[in-house]
Amino acid sequence: MPWKKSKGIMVLAMVLALLVLATACGKSDEAGKGPAGGSDGKAQTVYLNGAGASFPYPLYSKWISEYNKVAPHVNIDYQSIGSGGGIKGIIEETVDFAGSDAPMKDEQMARARGEIIHIPTVIGAVVITYNLEGVNTGLKLTPEVIGNIFLGKIKKWNDPAITAINPGVELPDKEIAVVHRSDGSGTTNIFTDYLSSTSPEWKEKVGTGTAVEWPVGIGAKGNEGVAGTVKQTPGGIGYVELAYAVQNQLPYAFIKNLAGKFVEPTLDTTTAAAAGAVASMPEDMRVSIVNAPGENAYPIAGFTYLLLYKEQMDRNKGTELAKFLWWAVHDGEAFAKDLLYAPLPENVRQRVEARIKEINYQGEPLFK
Amino acid sequence: MQKPSHQSRQWGDAVFRGLTLLAALVMVGLILVIALQLIKGSQPAFARFGLGFITGSRWDPVHGDFGSLPLVYGTVVSSLIALIIAVPLSLGIAIYLAELAPQRVRAPLSFLVELLAAIPSVVYGLWGIFVLVPWIRTSLEPFLHRFLGWLPFFQGTFYGFGMLAAGIILAIMITPTISAVSREVLLAVPVSQREAMLALGATRWETIKMAVLPYGRSGILGAVILGLGRAIGETMAVTMVIGNRPQVSPSVFELAQTIASIIANEFSEAFDDLHLSALVMAGLVLFIVTLLLNIIARLLVWRVARAPEGMSRE
Repeated sequence: MPWKKSKGIMVLAMVLALLVLATACGKSDEAGKGPAGGSDGKAQTVYLNGAGASFPYPLYSKWISEYNKVAPHVNIDYQSIGSGGGIKGIIEETVDFAGSDAPMKDEQMARARGEIIHIPTVIGAVVITYNLEGVNTGLKLTPEVIGNIFLGKIKKWNDPAITAINPGVELPDKEIAVVHRSDGSGTTNIFTDYLSSTSPEWKEKVGTGTAVEWPVGIGAKGNEGVAGTVKQTPGGIGYVELAYAVQNQLPYAFIKNLAGKFVEPTLDTTTAAAAGAVASMPEDMRVSIVNAPGENAYPIAGFTYLLLYKEQMDRNKGTELAKFLWWAVHDGEAFAKDLLYAPLPENVRQRVEARIKEINYQGEPLFK
Repeated sequence: MQKPSHQSRQWGDAVFRGLTLLAALVMVGLILVIALQLIKGSQPAFARFGLGFITGSRWDPVHGDFGSLPLVYGTVVSSLIALIIAVPLSLGIAIYLAELAPQRVRAPLSFLVELLAAIPSVVYGLWGIFVLVPWIRTSLEPFLHRFLGWLPFFQGTFYGFGMLAAGIILAIMITPTISAVSREVLLAVPVSQREAMLALGATRWETIKMAVLPYGRSGILGAVILGLGRAIGETMAVTMVIGNRPQVSPSVFELAQTIASIIANEFSEAFDDLHLSALVMAGLVLFIVTLLLNIIARLLVWRVARAPEGMSRE
């Protein structure tokens, strides 16, 4: 008899415990949302939540801390969770703004609540680094050679295609070891975008994406992984962000651009790429700027964007967000170069200004 | 007065029973929730590829073509290499520490072994890139190729990175687990077992071989399973040295990829629903692979445990 009773009690205790657990979870969920949706906050602090691309994170943190000095009542948070997560966040409206290294695709735009504005903030460049004894920065590469190396068709460093464009450089009879990113990444997106735009074979066989099926090569995680692997592999070649290459003094290649010039990747040549691309830029600025025209345009570059809804749901937040963006592309750009990001050229900034003025709350523009 | 106290004791028992049962049920519930979530999340991929996901050998996020065969292969083979290296090594360590080492060596040596277990896997990975991989490329691979190159396992380019590097890193990572648990198991073998053997005139080695090891074999097998579990799920260190190339190749010099590694690599930037779902389905496959290996191991333990303890009959 007592046995049965205890069983009943046990079940009761379990149900109770589960209930407690469930309500506790529910509560913490709500609590998590509380400060983010704080339009009714007593201190009138406005919280802006952002998440996305990790590439511009160091710059965005700087912006956020600097902007806090200008506007102490605005509390901005940016989580560097990756462009994919950022885009998911803005579509599901779990964030107020998102960061992405690639523009949203049409089908992603279609899933969002309304029109999403793309604000380019800075420009990133991807450089090709290598490990060749006696060869420092300045190896010359053409789009055809790069395409064929990453397709696995040029296998040796002393291939005539490479030696022909590098007279006077002693290239060894060594196998080329291709190194690429193994993790999904905006850097890979820019680089494969470049390969697709210059090599029809690449476009057809591999394509553009944050992660692709590489025809050859070792996959390594992160810029540091690629750089480390290239360093450890004689004859290695890989691609990393410009900032990373400069900080770590990696050797990098000069690349032949659309104008036929071998261009060194620098912040200025990266900005020049954006300036050159502006003529053919669509109104919404969802555009690839690889292989941009212009005498000094470095050909492997791409915008990184902040994404937000044109139609804001919260007047207060929308206003502060627009103000922050305006500050970012004006005063904020001054911090870019120190952190090795290429700032927007003037003609792109003007386009951005027009877009910021379109941000509205029920038809009323929020930035005046 | 007697009755209530008796009752309250029963109450205490019931509550205690309930609490422990709850703990056990939470565990079961967790596994169920994870399994359900994995199954739910992999629906789109399953609808698209069906069982072809298991036999497919491409992984092309751009064109949305996914198959997990090379990933399963990489996961299982890298773990097997790890076991092949780690089990004899760990047994050696355990036997030495439990049976042979002089008292003043035991404590520091045990401490060192356990210290290995506390090193974060990313540190192993870094050490792998900067020390292990160059050594494999310049010494181990040429050596293996020279003497065993006629086997299909030791052919191809010397990258340094690849299946072999992953197997060795994993072996180093699971050695502390296996050896520490095995040592405890050996220490738990009753002294009477040893004394009986020695009384029969057996040597030290014979005693260990015939009395100690057979007595502890189910425990040792348990230790090996624990190590295998860690090897299968290890992500960071593996991804840093395996070369991250989903392919099936008999050669351990070749680059490979594991399930845990590809999920960690691609999950955060997977835009596309199908890609995301394929990664979740890869997780489901890993779940099933782990389950199968555990079942096989469990069966092994049963078989071993049923055999008579002590000296085994030839």
